[in-house]
Amino acid sequence: MDLVIIWYALVVLCWVLFFVLEGFDFGVGLLAPLLGRDEHERAAAVRTIGPFWDGNEVWLVAAIGVTFAAFPSWYAALLSGLYLPMVAILLLLAGRGVALEFRGKHDDPRWRRRCDLALAACSAGVVLLWGAVLTVFVRGLALDAGGDVVGGGLDRTLAPVLTPAAALGALLALTAAVLLGATFLALRTTGPVRRRAALLARRVATGGTAAALIVAAASALAGAGAIVALAAALPLAGVALLARRSGTRWEAAAFGLTALTVAATVVAVLTANGDVVLPSTLSGAWSLTMDGAAATGPALRLISVAAVIVLPGVLVYQAWSYRVFRQRVASERIAS
Amino acid sequence: MDVLDLTRLQFAVVTIYHYLFVPLSISLSATTAGLQIAWMRTGQDRYRQLTLLVGKLLIVTFAVGVVTGLVQEFQFGLAWSGFARFYGDVFGPTLAIEGMLAFFLEATFLALWYFGWDRLSRRVHLATIVVVAVGTLLSAFIILAANSFMQHPVAYELDPVTGRAHLTSFRELLLNKVNLAAFPHTTAGAVMVGGALLLAVGAWRAWSSKEDADAPAFGTLARIGAWMTVAGGAFTAITGDHLGKVITQVQPMKMAAAEALYSTTTGAPFSLFAIGNPAGGEPFFSLEVPNLLSILAYGDPNATVAGIDDLQAQYAAAYGPGSYIPMVPVAFWTFRAMIGAGMLAMLLALLYLWRARRGRRPDTWLIRTAMLLPLLPAAANSLGWIFTETARQPWIAFGLSKVADGISPGLTSGEVLASLLGFAAVYGVLAVVWLRLVRHLVRQPLSAPPAAAEDGAESEPAMCY
Ligand code: HDD
Ligand code: HEM
Ligand code: HEM
Repeated sequence: MDLVIIWYALVVLCWVLFFVLEGFDFGVGLLAPLLGRDEHERAAAVRTIGPFWDGNEVWLVAAIGVTFAAFPSWYAALLSGLYLPMVAILLLLAGRGVALEFRGKHDDPRWRRRCDLALAACSAGVVLLWGAVLTVFVRGLALDAGGDVVGGGLDRTLAPVLTPAAALGALLALTAAVLLGATFLALRTTGPVRRRAALLARRVATGGTAAALIVAAASALAGAGAIVALAAALPLAGVALLARRSGTRWEAAAFGLTALTVAATVVAVLTANGDVVLPSTLSGAWSLTMDGAAATGPALRLISVAAVIVLPGVLVYQAWSYRVFRQRVASERIAS
Repeated sequence: MDVLDLTRLQFAVVTIYHYLFVPLSISLSATTAGLQIAWMRTGQDRYRQLTLLVGKLLIVTFAVGVVTGLVQEFQFGLAWSGFARFYGDVFGPTLAIEGMLAFFLEATFLALWYFGWDRLSRRVHLATIVVVAVGTLLSAFIILAANSFMQHPVAYELDPVTGRAHLTSFRELLLNKVNLAAFPHTTAGAVMVGGALLLAVGAWRAWSSKEDADAPAFGTLARIGAWMTVAGGAFTAITGDHLGKVITQVQPMKMAAAEALYSTTTGAPFSLFAIGNPAGGEPFFSLEVPNLLSILAYGDPNATVAGIDDLQAQYAAAYGPGSYIPMVPVAFWTFRAMIGAGMLAMLLALLYLWRARRGRRPDTWLIRTAMLLPLLPAAANSLGWIFTETARQPWIAFGLSKVADGISPGLTSGEVLASLLGFAAVYGVLAVVWLRLVRHLVRQPLSAPPAAAEDGAESEPAMCY
């Protein structure tokens, strides 16, 4: 197999890990004020991601860095073509990261309340934007022959995320993040937060299954392929069933199944166009292909060596940190 | 302003902001590790308390460094896609390797340190913060290699067809002589800022109230900070001198601009202060140290230093017609202000050490001044970067491509203005919140509950999954 394909696989892997791992901490961020009814419960919910969110976010740094290294033209076209949405994502991520880190450093209920609200609002915004942006990965941008988006004004880079497809993507991403966050919270907390999280996961998954089945039936009637909707309905139904049971093993399975669904979706998105990494909506000839966007041999070899040496180590010590902090976080007030 | 100027302004604002926090992360992580080692060696409780305090300062600083660093990672694609396409082969791997090698380490191990007080054995716990300190230095070294490539391109070849640069050796890219000179200099500059912050905090708490039970511990902190500032200052001067010599070789125009030296001179002087001629040319008045510039540039008082006019003629012959002269007043003054601010900070820290020797109470004005001290080395760092980057103009990568070719082709001023305002607003809020939080943290009594329990949620040790 040639290096370009391997590198594309690596890029996909980084994006998948980012969306799954940061996905659950986005979800927890936006659910914390909803599922935590008092100060203590909210603290517990946020605490479940405290040690992990930054390590998760570095998968975004890695994904973008590896995309830049292996496919510089793709990096250039994607980011400059989505200038304003990407800047918005960065600003929301900034608000989120700081709210998370700062909330526990000042012992004042008002302060924490504000940090929690900022965390939830920024998490929700980021998730919606990423969902919209992922649809652009598939549908492409108005690229000219040089790989730049044509047009002028603010509209140039905002329009791609203001389409009906993008709205649907945003909604799906929100659902996925809520499910990931809820199943993660059910797995990582105790008491009331755990109960509420499981209940929410069950409801969302049931609703999602129903929606997917309706879409599948409708598209089957209309003669279109219903496979995708059916494929989504199955794992969702699984999550709905699993979330009915309590007990660590079932909770872990529900979270795992949700993560798998998200991973599969991201892989599907990134491989939807075969060897075209970013389609041009203006002319097929201007679409960016894997080979056209790739860096040269020496650069690819260099990052391959680096990745082979470094990434396994990263996975090991990240796994170790999940092990160190494996205890559930108590969410009920401990009588003292 | 046109798109190019706006985009440059945005790059400068966002990067300088990132670099206000980064030096603190670099120096505070090493200091935290040092304090923790001191605690484990001596068993003295004051070192444990100081470890916790400096560690918390590190965490809040690090968080801002992380979220602003993320912006940096995206910037080259967002607004500089021309640059990203042409130098992606060189630049991309550097950023990717930095992320994989350094950022994962920093992020994961800092969390292990902060949340792991009661989960890890003492040795492993100490090791986590040492790993963080090493990680910050690694990331600085690798990113400076990327910047050094722009100052002095090495280890590349140009593709004759596409005109793009291809990387030939990563080792050579890292061992760029500009990088080897810039890394010690920036590290020393980082130590100065961290030291000055600890001196400010320590001096304030050590001397402001007699009843403060923590005063002795803060006295220790102030002394540590003052020594860091002094040692960092001496080291920035030594390494800066070396860096200047390297830059004279690779970018003679930059150093000529730093001295506003228009005609080639043998035994060139260094002016401490000058009243310039706005139209260019020699200044009206200047206070000079004879032969110093020749010494700074070549280590020889009688060496000949090339002047701006001759270099302009040389560059025009080599690279084609056009102006290759950077903004001379900016280069001249930022260079002096960097040195002046840094050296003043070092002297004040030295004075503090002297006046506070053997537990004496230093003069009140000195304590007050010490509280503002971090501003000086922080300013020196920013000024040093403004000098480095603006005096490289008009090149984005020296001798290879111009700034104007690097910008994203379709970008509009409206978009850049919108993003610049967005960054300004969010970064402004971050700065205010960071300052208030730091003030809050350093006001707490040192015996406040340990970091891990502070988040309000105890975990249930028995329940595992
Ligand atoms: C506390 C901070 C500080 C202090 C006291 C100094 N510097 Fe500095 N200097 C920096 C912080 C800094 C910096 C921010 O870290 C820079 C920007 C780029 C770089 O590599 O380091 C820099 C750049 C920089 C450059 C340009 C490098 C380039 O273009 O790549 C030179 C020639 C010097 N310095 C020389 C000096 C000298 C001779 C000093 C004498 C005392 C000095 N610096 C003090
Ligand atoms: C080490 C990584 C860095 C890289 C790769 C880098 C790269 C760049 C690039 C691509 C530009 C835009 C082109 C230009 O205007 O020349 C630029 C400009 C600039 N950078 Fe850097 N930079 C780095 C570090 C820094 C830091 C840490 C600072 C300040 C604290 C800084 C300050 C500036 C300034 C002030 C400009 C504007 C110069 C001008 O437009 O005249 N840079 N840099
Ligand atoms: C323009 C080029 C730069 C890029 C692309 C960049 C990128 C980044 C990123 C993505 C992070 C966050 C890492 C995380 O999530 O943990 C970060 C943090 C950091 N950066 Fe930068 N950076 C730049 C300039 C610099 C410079 C010039 C230095 C030092 C000389 C530096 C040193 C650091 C350090 C030590 C950290 C970790 C500590 C902290 O978060 O404050 N960076 N940078």
